[in-house]
Amino acid sequence: MVVMKMKFPFQKRVKLAQGLWLLSWCAAISGAITFSLGCILKTELRRRAEVMDNSDIHVVPNTLMIVGLASLGINYFASKICQDALDAGRFPRWKNMLKPYFAVSCFFTVLMLLAVIMSFAMKGSLESSLKVGLRNGIRFYKDTDTPGRCFQKQNIDRLQMDFHCCGNNDFRDWFEVQWISNRYLDFSSKEVKDRIKSNVDGRYLLDGVPFSCCNPSSPRPCIQFQLTNNSAHYNYDYQTEELNIYLRGCREALVHYYMGLMNAIGAGVLSVFLLQASVLVSLRFLQTSMEAVAGNENTEIETEGYLLEKPLKETIMEYIEPVMKFFLLTNQVEEGTPGAPAST
Amino acid sequence: MAVLRLRFTKTKRDKLAQVLWILNWISVVTGVILFSLGLFLKVEINKRGELMAERDIQYVPNMLIAVGIIACAINFLGGKICYDCVDTTKFLRWKLIMLPYIICTFFFTFCVLVGALMCYSMHGELEESLNLGLAEAIRFYKDTDTPGRCFLKRTVDMLHIEFQCCGNNGYKDWFQIQWISNRYLDMSKKEVADRLRSNVEGKYLIDGVPFSCCNINSPRPCIQQQITNNSAHFNYEHQTEELNLWMKGCRQALLEYYTHIMQSIGLTVLITWLFELSVLTGVRYLQTSLENVLRQGDLDSESDGWLLENSFMETARTNLNIIKSLGKSNQIDTQPKA
Repeated sequence: MVVMKMKFPFQKRVKLAQGLWLLSWCAAISGAITFSLGCILKTELRRRAEVMDNSDIHVVPNTLMIVGLASLGINYFASKICQDALDAGRFPRWKNMLKPYFAVSCFFTVLMLLAVIMSFAMKGSLESSLKVGLRNGIRFYKDTDTPGRCFQKQNIDRLQMDFHCCGNNDFRDWFEVQWISNRYLDFSSKEVKDRIKSNVDGRYLLDGVPFSCCNPSSPRPCIQFQLTNNSAHYNYDYQTEELNIYLRGCREALVHYYMGLMNAIGAGVLSVFLLQASVLVSLRFLQTSMEAVAGNENTEIETEGYLLEKPLKETIMEYIEPVMKFFLLTNQVEEGTPGAPAST
Repeated sequence: MAVLRLRFTKTKRDKLAQVLWILNWISVVTGVILFSLGLFLKVEINKRGELMAERDIQYVPNMLIAVGIIACAINFLGGKICYDCVDTTKFLRWKLIMLPYIICTFFFTFCVLVGALMCYSMHGELEESLNLGLAEAIRFYKDTDTPGRCFLKRTVDMLHIEFQCCGNNGYKDWFQIQWISNRYLDMSKKEVADRLRSNVEGKYLIDGVPFSCCNINSPRPCIQQQITNNSAHFNYEHQTEELNLWMKGCRQALLEYYTHIMQSIGLTVLITWLFELSVLTGVRYLQTSLENVLRQGDLDSESDGWLLENSFMETARTNLNIIKSLGKSNQIDTQPKA
């Protein structure tokens, strides 16, 4: 039972070939655009790599780049095939290549769809990676003399100023960490000694934040120390003050930024996917309708084109069988049995 | 004696016309580039308009925009003319316009050159404007409740952060003005009252800077208050500390930024000027060679092309006489007609 049979008179075949040639070049350009979108995303992720704990999220731009390059190749061959399709003398040389070509193209097209789905679905992984990365960044803020961590202060300051955020969940994260290094604390001062003694772990904790949390839009000069002490500052109410420092947490800000970027890229790549799929479907119709012409002297007869010769399940089994045979065969050889083919 | 005479065969003339057609279209593109460069400079100057005092610096981007548009128009016309010059019959249409066109384009290239030189001469005016503008902005930093100045604090803070600078000449500018508004000063406190009394004009001056002057490359948390007091902070020496605050003044930072932009633009305009001049030379040769061919009668023969028919001095004298006689035609002829 043939899937999606359609009749193709000669003129329709010619129009299909011409339209397909144009479409495949558009799809090639879209493939190049997909590659560059993948590069842009990767660059943006790498810029803030110091506040990310793992690089699981990089699978999205990597896939986009691979798919973009593959799409260029696929569409280049598609245009070449449809150029030769109308010439009965040149078309037969593609005969042997078409089956693996369609298999590879379908694989990469499905991979493109997977990349789009991943760009929406990997929010949780990104969020947990940022949670751990930011927590470490804040913890090592003061370690500007430790090799490997000396740029954490700079990175966190720049991050907070660029994204208008403060801390991991919010600015209170800075109250729980000692962000002033012992090198700059005067241990002979009574106030410092008291504060360190009052803390269980002997850390110097204060209700203050670094200067990079300050909001330039505030009408008054920035209050960064004694934030929770209303009486320490004139005309200041800690609960109602909203413009003094950034209230948003950096994790939320970064997730929002990256998800916005990935959603936009995902939407673009989805349309590229639809374009690519239509190229493949049209090419398949062209191929099957031209194959029916082969052998006939009159090339202008009406032929039928179809998508799949057998139902979907059987076609998939047909493709997977040689692959399975190959794997089973190698397994059997490894086990020691001398080259006996697996029973199908 | 003609200036720079060259011999042109028919094929050479046709090739010259075709090449000039392409070059004219390239010139249209460079005209668009000039226009967009002028627009870019205008936008950049307006972005920081609050930090610049009233000075005549808008004339540079306006000149570039005007020159860009005129270049597009002139070269579009030039392209049309050169396209028609391949066919000698069509050339007759343009014959009378070509000489005025060449003269106009010649004067226009002077404008392009003036535009390029203006880019380099804007430096002094810009520095003066920035100096006054930044001094004003720093003075009105605290006036976030005054309409018209409420965003100045934000602008100055963002300037410090973006350009990595502090104050007008340096961070010490902040010691000389009151940048904390009276609304946030507790007048009942002894320390505040003392400080106000110790100042002649009753201003609250401190040796501190806003948070935006803090240098993010500093290994220690930012010291913005009591900067000159070494004993107020542990392990701190005011004279040798370089990484705590931004050391550069904002006037110098902005000046460097704008100078860099304008030098790039000036260079581009100079290259455009040279290109326009060469296209003009080609069009002049084309015009003279086609006119000579028409004078000779045989359209397929060789002809001479030149820049000027007579030497430079003679041409200047002839043109001056023409201009003088134009002036004389206004006078009543006093001599009796014979």
